[in-house]
Amino acid sequence: MSKKKTCMTVIENRAIAEGIYSMVLVCPEGESFGAVRPGQFVGVCCRDGSRILPRPISICDFDAEGKLLRLVYRCAGKGTAEFAGWEAGSEAQILGILGNGYDLSALVGKKVLLIGGGIGAPPLLGLAKSLKQADEAAGAGKVTAVLGYRTNDLFLAEEFRRAAEVIIATDDGSAGVHGNVIDAIRELSPEFDVICACGPMPMLRGVKALAEEKGVKAWISLEERMACGVGVCLGCVTKTAHKDEHSNVNNTRICTEGPVFDAEEVLL
Amino acid sequence: MTQSQMTEKNRPDMSVEIAGVRFQNPVMTASGTFGSGIEYSEFVDLNRLGAVVTKGVSNIPWEGNATPRVSETWGGMLNAIGLQNPGIDIFVERDLKFLEPYDTKVIVNVCGKSEQDYLDVVERLSDEKRVDMLEINVSCPNVKEGAIAFGVHADSLFRITEKIKKVAKQPVIMKLTPNVTSIPELARAAEAGGADALSLINTITGMKIDVERRCFVLANRTGGLSGPAIHPVAVRMVYEAAHSVKIPVIGMGGIATAEDALEMILAGASGVAVGAMNFSDPMTTIRVIEGIEAYMERHQVSKITDLIGVL
Ligand SMILES: Cc1cc2nc3c(=O)[nH]c(=O)nc-3n(C[C@H](O)[C@H](O)[C@H](O)COP(=O)(O)OP(=O)(O)OC[C@H]3O[C@@H](n4cnc5c(N)ncnc54)[C@H](O)[C@@H]3O)c2cc1C
Ligand SMILES: Cc1cc2nc3c(=O)[nH]c(=O)nc-3n(C[C@H](O)[C@H](O)[C@H](O)COP(=O)(O)O)c2cc1C
Ligand code: FES
Repeated sequence: MSKKKTCMTVIENRAIAEGIYSMVLVCPEGESFGAVRPGQFVGVCCRDGSRILPRPISICDFDAEGKLLRLVYRCAGKGTAEFAGWEAGSEAQILGILGNGYDLSALVGKKVLLIGGGIGAPPLLGLAKSLKQADEAAGAGKVTAVLGYRTNDLFLAEEFRRAAEVIIATDDGSAGVHGNVIDAIRELSPEFDVICACGPMPMLRGVKALAEEKGVKAWISLEERMACGVGVCLGCVTKTAHKDEHSNVNNTRICTEGPVFDAEEVLL
Repeated sequence: MTQSQMTEKNRPDMSVEIAGVRFQNPVMTASGTFGSGIEYSEFVDLNRLGAVVTKGVSNIPWEGNATPRVSETWGGMLNAIGLQNPGIDIFVERDLKFLEPYDTKVIVNVCGKSEQDYLDVVERLSDEKRVDMLEINVSCPNVKEGAIAFGVHADSLFRITEKIKKVAKQPVIMKLTPNVTSIPELARAAEAGGADALSLINTITGMKIDVERRCFVLANRTGGLSGPAIHPVAVRMVYEAAHSVKIPVIGMGGIATAEDALEMILAGASGVAVGAMNFSDPMTTIRVIEGIEAYMERHQVSKITDLIGVL
């Protein structure tokens, strides 16, 4: 049995912005997840038994051995509010690692534009770090991160700066470009030949249109309500341009075939 | 004495027989919550399960409903998947083939929109050796046509059971819906139609509303409620069904622990299935099996069949 629910230990859990938390978890002694890909996620199980479904949360960062996971999450409801109260030293039941994640081999050595809207930014941080390392080894490539926020509460932006060139957009104009991430890209015209994006659906639609306009590939990370997180319940599907191999209809499982998709393959 | 110290000989006998099929233990997976076992085989040793009950399959591929399809509720969840499935051809080639080597029984859950849809699938499976039993889903609340319509009226349930029995080569389980006034009436109708066994309950129709956005949470508006929240309702209905027919009953609905499963068994279930709680912990089935064994040791029960329907 290669997968299981792992009893991890919380080693840090703190607010990094208004309603946004960063939690670091470690595997039990002698255990690890092995190779983790940026863009993959885990199911975080609530301690309160009245909440039976694991919460899908992206892996923001991880170590090379796959023993440490960092999750950055927004307090969005009952489950995430519960997580915010978890103390260092306490246990967390984690289902995973889940999903496909980004395929680094398709990105290394290229001019990659990362586009993160709000709470969509965290998984791109791990991607930026992995790409920086791989680009350095390959001696080619450039990563630019365009991060969209509501206000100037710019969580993770400083960490992104260590791995990528950073462009900020804020809805209220209090930092960076006044507007959304697409406005910022139009205004500052960063160079890119492939896009990786994670964020709310309207932003992803904008990203897909931008990629079509520029004739580049866009890898986008999708979200949907999930029950199992492993591919059995068919709760999390998204419509696809072509017939999906697993489902045999124009529907694909975000938790299993995704959450990262070629934007051309999914209907938004 | 711990599990490992026990010899095979004094281990409790967990095997049950349902309609002539022998199961190594009574614990199964509930249809639609375990796929065909492919994904969960990475978490669970399928050889330890009494049976894998597969996701509903129809004669042709079904796309299912729009999303959101699932929503958590207190102690449970709503789903309105709409029986998305790849169709019987892929199912046979891929899913049944995958299950081939496992030492567990295979029960195939069958769905359809018309009588002929069901008969097509049943006929197509009749020569598949890997299929030990068929479970006929006449109780899904999430598809507009067919499905549940056959399961809510005694006369239509009787008729479709009779027709399916004429073409089926494997024993037939009719899966009952809780969304009816009288379980005994429906249970007896299926028995009269020739059903070899019954299973219940399918999900209870529910609805969830997002008060902030003032909209339905599920695209389908209504969905089927499952999980621990429905367990007492399921136990009552299993009890009623088991006490109104002679054929065996498989109980499901909110099973999370061995105690939950034992309640069903004491109420008259010969088999039990774990559904939504697989999502919470993929090892739930195994915990239930081990818990029942521990209970039997503690109460010095040597055969599980001694517990079935003692109430
Ligand atoms: C692949 C994936 C990765 C994600 N990564 C992150 C991340 O890194 N950081 C982060 O803050 N959030 C992330 N989310 C969103 C996160 O899952 C939800 O915010 C969270 O489940 C809310 O749970 P809750 O109990 O607080 O909210 P409630 O509203 O109380 O939850 C009720 C139910 O709805 C589900 N739900 C509610 N909102 C969402 C949503 N937006 N997406 C999916 N399910 C939802 C919950 O899981 C739960 O089952 C991700 C979602 C997906 C699908
Ligand atoms: C996501 C989901 C999908 C389901 N799909 C099917 C199905 O295809 N056929 C069927 O007969 N029952 C289906 N069911 C019903 C379950 O098999 C079971 O009867 C019900 O969920 C009650 O058990 P539980 O409370 O343990 O989940 C489904 C349930 C869930 C939660
Ligand atoms: S969440 Fe169950 S299939 Fe994706």
